[in-house]
Amino acid sequence: MLRESTLNIVIASLLLLVPVAALFLDEPFFITLATKVAILALAAVGLNLALGQGGLVSFGHATFFGVGGYSMGILASHAQSFTPLMEVPFLIEGTNSMPVIWLVAMIASALVALVVGALSLRTSGVYFIMVTLAFGQMFYYFTISWPAYGGEDGLSIYVRNQFPGLNTLDPIQFFGICYVILMLALLFVSRLNNSPFGLALAGARQNTERAQTVGINTYRLRLVAFVISGAITGLAGALFADLNRFVSPTMFSWHTSGEIMIFIILGGVARLYGPVAGAALFIVLEHYLGGLSEYWHIYLGAILLFVVLFAHGGLIGTLSKKERRHA
Amino acid sequence: MPDPILNVVDVHKSFGALKASDGITLDLYPGEIHALIGPNGAGKSTLIKQIAGGMKPDSGAVHFLGRDVSALSTVERARLGLARTFQISALAMEYTVLENAVLGAVGQSGGAFRFFRPAMKDKALLARAHAALEQVKLTDHAQTITAELSHGQRRQLEVAVALTLSPKAFMMDEPMAGMGGGGSKRLTAFLRELKHEAPILLVEHDMDAVFALADRISVLVYGKIIATGSVEEIRANPEVQLAYLGEEDAS
Repeated sequence: MLRESTLNIVIASLLLLVPVAALFLDEPFFITLATKVAILALAAVGLNLALGQGGLVSFGHATFFGVGGYSMGILASHAQSFTPLMEVPFLIEGTNSMPVIWLVAMIASALVALVVGALSLRTSGVYFIMVTLAFGQMFYYFTISWPAYGGEDGLSIYVRNQFPGLNTLDPIQFFGICYVILMLALLFVSRLNNSPFGLALAGARQNTERAQTVGINTYRLRLVAFVISGAITGLAGALFADLNRFVSPTMFSWHTSGEIMIFIILGGVARLYGPVAGAALFIVLEHYLGGLSEYWHIYLGAILLFVVLFAHGGLIGTLSKKERRHA
Repeated sequence: MPDPILNVVDVHKSFGALKASDGITLDLYPGEIHALIGPNGAGKSTLIKQIAGGMKPDSGAVHFLGRDVSALSTVERARLGLARTFQISALAMEYTVLENAVLGAVGQSGGAFRFFRPAMKDKALLARAHAALEQVKLTDHAQTITAELSHGQRRQLEVAVALTLSPKAFMMDEPMAGMGGGGSKRLTAFLRELKHEAPILLVEHDMDAVFALADRISVLVYGKIIATGSVEEIRANPEVQLAYLGEEDAS
């Protein structure tokens, strides 16, 4: 059995080594696979803050994933058609600069999370799950019926967006970008979890009444966590759109919300590297089981059932010793 | 006489036909332990919720530190300095004892929205938490997971978390419940000292503790306070004996 922190380093190293090895073995497909893992892990890192640390079972994180994706799609589509996004009251041009797109994606998804959170956090339990799910579905059907950006067919972006000094169309360089962002997000979240904010958030999950009687405004606390969580998942959405060079309403569908949640459950709820381990396992299963059968989800379901029933800490919990965060 | 710290004025609260609070007036002065006793279903819990926040009276008001707090939330009342301990321990069970105390210190400092420095390395928070644990003699258990504490130790931790708030008044809901004889005696001695830091509104079933501790006692029956007075006055009050003490002291 490993210490959890050692296991985290092993996972981070593996995620880096696989694409580097693939580069030397000239297997670019595995670089793309690793990039997908990094991006989906980032989306789940966002959800894990709300769900793991905060105990907020959001079944609507596809909302933020999709808002991030469409932020990229809309900005980049205007850049590639050389049409301004809007002219009145002031001119906004499209852009193909990744940093700008990331910033817009995070702000947009944070704002949406603020609205969704402000309403949904007035409820709890099953109602919270349903309200978050409803928001996701609202966006899903809206994008399907909104012809301006491709409607049901989605929106193709022909050239990957630019990052200063890098060739983003080179798979290993794009992987590098995603990997660095994932690592920065993990660092950010781990600091957050150990801060007074994180202590209060997890304290409120364990006992809301306790947190309130020591004077902690749990509604505001959870809302802030939800907004940060949404912004991280939104950033992942923008990267995912850039990986595929394609955005479609599917990003908003409840399947996406469910998948992000599955990453966390597979990897280990509230574990720092749970999202990374879970996303990696999911992609590996999808690749190999998917190669065996079109109906690979049946096997995924069986594995998920096993994890929920017998391995509570997910992959991380099974492979590492019990270790406490604030020790 | 000094001004009361806590002042409940003619509070009414009904649930349908049931009058859970039927014109309750009650006050708490600096340096005293005011015990609230009453048989089951007398409306003690309802009154506590109206004082602590979380339930609004139909009419009447709750004043705390000379201010009408009837419209304030639990959080806002806690931040004013009203500390509460629960009948059934309300603690973060996955946390260590120290983490629970630090959680109180975080609330007290108003610092729940600080995002980067580790809470468990913050000197000010730790000092406050350790001082509170020291006071209730839980220092040796600082690193114990709360779920592994004995029942009595959880009660002590409840008090410690309340202490981290440096409160202006304590409201304790049956702090002696489920404690062994020794633990109950030690807590009695401790509360007798604590009342000089901040007065205590004590809701308690343990009559020995109430008679040993209370400076004043109010008796709540069917949503009404039928008597308020010193231990001797309450013991001697025939109405009280009939309504409440009679059940136990008839023999």
